[in-house]
Amino acid sequence: MADENPTAITRAEVEHVAGLARLGLSADEVDRLTHELAGILIHARDMGELDLSGVEPTSHPLPLVNVVRPDEISPSLDRDEVLAAAPAVQDNQFRVPRILEAP
Amino acid sequence: MSTKTQWMPVIGLEVHCELATNTKLFCSCANAFGAPPNTNICPVCLGLPGSLPVLNARAVEFSLRLAEALNFTVPDKSVFARKNYFYPDMPKDYQVTQFELPILQAGVIDVDGVTIGIERAHLEEDTGKSSHMGGGGRIHDAEYSLVDYNRAGVPLLEIVSRPDIRSAEQARGYVSELRAVLLAIGVSDVKMEEGSMRVDANISLRASEADEFGTKVEIKNMNSLRSLGRAIDHEIDRQAEALETGETIIQETRHWDENENRTSGMRSKEGSSDYRYFPEPDLVPVAPTAEQRAAVRDSLPELPARRRERLIEAWGITLPDARILVDVPGLADYAEAAVAALAGGAARDVVNLCTGDLLAYLNETGRTLAAIALDPAGLADLADLIGDGTLSRSLAQEVFAACVADGSSPRAVVAEKGLAQVSDTGELGTILDAVIAANADAVAQYHAGDDKERKKKRGFLMGEAMKASKGQGNPQLLNQLLDERLV
Repeated sequence: MADENPTAITRAEVEHVAGLARLGLSADEVDRLTHELAGILIHARDMGELDLSGVEPTSHPLPLVNVVRPDEISPSLDRDEVLAAAPAVQDNQFRVPRILEAP
Repeated sequence: MSTKTQWMPVIGLEVHCELATNTKLFCSCANAFGAPPNTNICPVCLGLPGSLPVLNARAVEFSLRLAEALNFTVPDKSVFARKNYFYPDMPKDYQVTQFELPILQAGVIDVDGVTIGIERAHLEEDTGKSSHMGGGGRIHDAEYSLVDYNRAGVPLLEIVSRPDIRSAEQARGYVSELRAVLLAIGVSDVKMEEGSMRVDANISLRASEADEFGTKVEIKNMNSLRSLGRAIDHEIDRQAEALETGETIIQETRHWDENENRTSGMRSKEGSSDYRYFPEPDLVPVAPTAEQRAAVRDSLPELPARRRERLIEAWGITLPDARILVDVPGLADYAEAAVAALAGGAARDVVNLCTGDLLAYLNETGRTLAAIALDPAGLADLADLIGDGTLSRSLAQEVFAACVADGSSPRAVVAEKGLAQVSDTGELGTILDAVIAANADAVAQYHAGDDKERKKKRGFLMGEAMKASKGQGNPQLLNQLLDERLV
């Protein structure tokens, strides 16, 4: 651990998470974010010390449930218009670069 | 391979089932298989900025139907979550699924008398379909890929069994029963070949029931019940062999190759924490009400196990026949309608026609029951004609083929082609007398021969008589009349 605090985060972890999110961070940014994320994690740890046994976890800020729509079809977008916005198109499909590296 | 240890497989199955809704899970694009590429797409399922998902009410109703059918617990509240990963078949770069709080928990299903536990079932959206171009269409060798987003956002129920399954055969039984249930309650068309039902298997081995679970391996890409069974058996053998030689099993995902008849390792999987699940802020929790659950309960049809039992009891048919009737979409309904329309014929004959000629016809032509020319009343007519002796089984087959081709009524075909079975003793007697006169040698050999020879000659004479009657002689009557003449 780069920090003596048990909830802190290492540079390697920040780089791993940035990689998962496809973020290219400079060394300075990794330093800054390691520090800032550690602060957030410490804050979360502080909350973890409170007795919250009677408090339901919040999954949404509004007290709403069951917002649904009927199962009825509406027209979709015009395909040509959508594909015109794509970087590459072939046979009416989105053409994307190879997905996996060769093994 | 010398097996010192009798390894015991521990198997859990994840079944992804596409729900037969009209629209997608979070938008009003059509949920349709086989539409031209990228014709059922909108800002929501393309993940365009500013678009917002709204849950399809029917997907919830379908989940609740499954809850009633398989005794799931329905939690007061379930929550959607984002599973984050980058892959071109997910235009949003995350999949909306359910993680900590699924819509259904702890169900059970009876598979050939054994209760298999179901851990959970959760709602999630399907991904788009990618075709890999170049390199023989394999993802690793492809030069690029083409993506069709028609399937992106189609509702899926992922049904996760407990690790209660102990053999490939039981795994097949589990999937087969689950499929029958999903079909019966009308929530999916469950076609493994078209991908509307997909099965992944988690397999590990241990030396005895008392041991802890071994390291599990996930296998994917089985697109039929047959390949599911073969893939599991193969993976059990592979792991047993590895354990015998002291190898360590690696936790990984392996890909079943149907042509090569083997599994091979895929890229190593991201760990669950790498998906960075978090509650989907654009969707509110689902909290099924007592009214919703009651409405579903009241509209639930008879379930496959119960229906099989009832048909076996009512019609005296075998379990395999009952299974076929219940497993083929619409076949049990068709058979029941035909039996109800019988006028003197036997249910047994209806079932034989359904599981024999009719099923063969459906398999050959790829038609569905709704699209065939012969309706249940017509099939009942045919069974009546068998029942009253007008048609033998082989003649009935001929009449069936004619009727199913153009929808003509069995009685019309019988009259037009003059196919009715001949049961006139005088007419059949005349035919037999002619056959005996023309085959005096055979008759002589019959009388001189031993049991074996007699049987052979008798069969020959019977065949000649049947031929002379153009296949229309009543077999029982012909037999009886022949016996009288050979005394």
